[in-house]
Amino acid sequence: MSLGTGDLEQIMKLFEQSNFSELKLKTGDLELHLRKDGVVPRASAAAQAAPEPVMLAPSAPAASALPALGPDEVDVLSPLLGVYYRAPKPGEPPFVEVGQAVEADTIIGIVEVMKLMNSVRAGARGVITAIHAPNADMVEYEQPLIRIRTAG
Amino acid sequence: MAIRRILIANRGEIALRVIRTCERLGIETVLAASKADLGSLPALRATRTLCIGPAPAAQSYLSVPTIVQAALSSACDAIHPGYGFLSERAELARLCEAEGVTFIGPTAGQIEAVGDKLRARAEAEAAGVPVVPGGPASSRAEAVELGRRIGAPLLVKAVGGGGGRGMKRVDDLAGLEEALALASAEAAAAFGDDRVYLERFVARGRHVELQVLGDGAGTVIHLGERDCSVQRRYQKLIEETPAPGLPDTLLNDLREAGVRFARRLDYRGAGTVEFLVDVDRQEFYFLEMNARIQVEHPVTEAVSGIDLVEQQIAIAAGEGLGLRQEDVRLAGAAIECRINAEDPSRDFMPSPGVVKQAVWPAGDGIRVDTHIGSGSAVPPFYDSLMAKIIAHGPTRADALARLRQALDETQIVGVASNIAFQRRVLADPEFAAGGVDTAYLTRLAQREPALMEA
Repeated sequence: MSLGTGDLEQIMKLFEQSNFSELKLKTGDLELHLRKDGVVPRASAAAQAAPEPVMLAPSAPAASALPALGPDEVDVLSPLLGVYYRAPKPGEPPFVEVGQAVEADTIIGIVEVMKLMNSVRAGARGVITAIHAPNADMVEYEQPLIRIRTAG
Repeated sequence: MAIRRILIANRGEIALRVIRTCERLGIETVLAASKADLGSLPALRATRTLCIGPAPAAQSYLSVPTIVQAALSSACDAIHPGYGFLSERAELARLCEAEGVTFIGPTAGQIEAVGDKLRARAEAEAAGVPVVPGGPASSRAEAVELGRRIGAPLLVKAVGGGGGRGMKRVDDLAGLEEALALASAEAAAAFGDDRVYLERFVARGRHVELQVLGDGAGTVIHLGERDCSVQRRYQKLIEETPAPGLPDTLLNDLREAGVRFARRLDYRGAGTVEFLVDVDRQEFYFLEMNARIQVEHPVTEAVSGIDLVEQQIAIAAGEGLGLRQEDVRLAGAAIECRINAEDPSRDFMPSPGVVKQAVWPAGDGIRVDTHIGSGSAVPPFYDSLMAKIIAHGPTRADALARLRQALDETQIVGVASNIAFQRRVLADPEFAAGGVDTAYLTRLAQREPALMEA
């Protein structure tokens, strides 16, 4: 198989959004080596490390755990760190569900920061294909919240 | 209350330094990092790293609600603010108090008390701590009388002024009345306010500060002083302890004054009381108090053997001071050199970029606090501090010899640095003699223009 410029751009974008620090890819006569700024191999930090404390379990799936984006799919990212709510109030139906069509200005959820509610809009027109973040969980800045298959 | 998980609301070397103590104490760390710092060494080293916002600090490191939300959502017991950013923002301490998160630092009230210069000065006077002699002069007769008490040389400053405007230096009191009239007229023209005040002019000053620890209930101890007189435009570049060549009586008075000041506030946590030492008059004056851990705290740790971050955490956890003044033993001398990503040949312009190679020194009495390894980024959004190299030895000469050798081993490739500049300062006989004043670097640069070459 051969990769075009668009494919490479897609790979780089995925890598950028992932939690991986390094990517090596070899296919045919193409060799790709990506590394993120500021990342050094873990070994150099570990050389002087004390015993590691018990790891905290991540509360939400990391971006890298999500299936790759399709060609016409986009993820809606959280605009800030906060608590993600899928519904306007507890017990009320969610703003959006999988399969639902949305407009760019459709509200898809709320991110709360210290009792301040920030509504998040879809930003694209299309159909929701996945809800990534669980209700009432903390989401980080730019963590994917939902996925949309864009239309036109 | 036991502290088991700490949110670190900072970046760079201090974030990594706090993580290190937490690891030793078995405390989990959650690093609140901006998008620009997700690949940094502290981000890789923390138990967990949260992306709190985009690179600009205003939307990440300086966002009080985001920091507290991150601490609450990741079930942290406490927040360590480091230095800079939110470390001296009463708003953060207050929100922590309201939300039941332990703020590792003083109370919001204490931060406010020392953050307001006029109030801090009043507190110092009330605690019997000397301040720079001076005051407002409403009438001519009053000003002359005040001038006589302050003594020459003195400065006549405009109340509404700043940046040196509306300021007159008086070397002979005979010229005071004329200077007052002139300064007053200039102030009226420039600021629409003709009020002036007088202040003693310190021709040669040294910056000497006292490290204190308080339990928040009136007990305060000190861990000795630090001399930070090697400065460029108020940026400290080399710090050391003890302050070389200060008379014992002055040093003892300064230490007692610093403790008195912190005790008056019932100060809680680690703090630093800054003084200006008037070299010619052999007196000292209170400048301000910094209500946080200082960049240069490792020199104090080197001579005292006390981990200041551990003390901060213990005090915040309500364990009080585990030390009495007589438990504090200061041994030897320590000197710290700041390694910045800045270019001395281009007026110390910051030089962000990717560090292709970083070689740090090691050896007897050498400590390096850094967040920079080969491949690390120096983002353009934050300060340019890459590392602090600290040398400790039985005497100042030993410490200096070790520091010189350490700097010879140090290499940074990929960004400009002040390493060569610092090497030249350490090699200078005047610095080696000890006890330089705050104008020293300016003099050195005039004497040796080659100093500014990279």
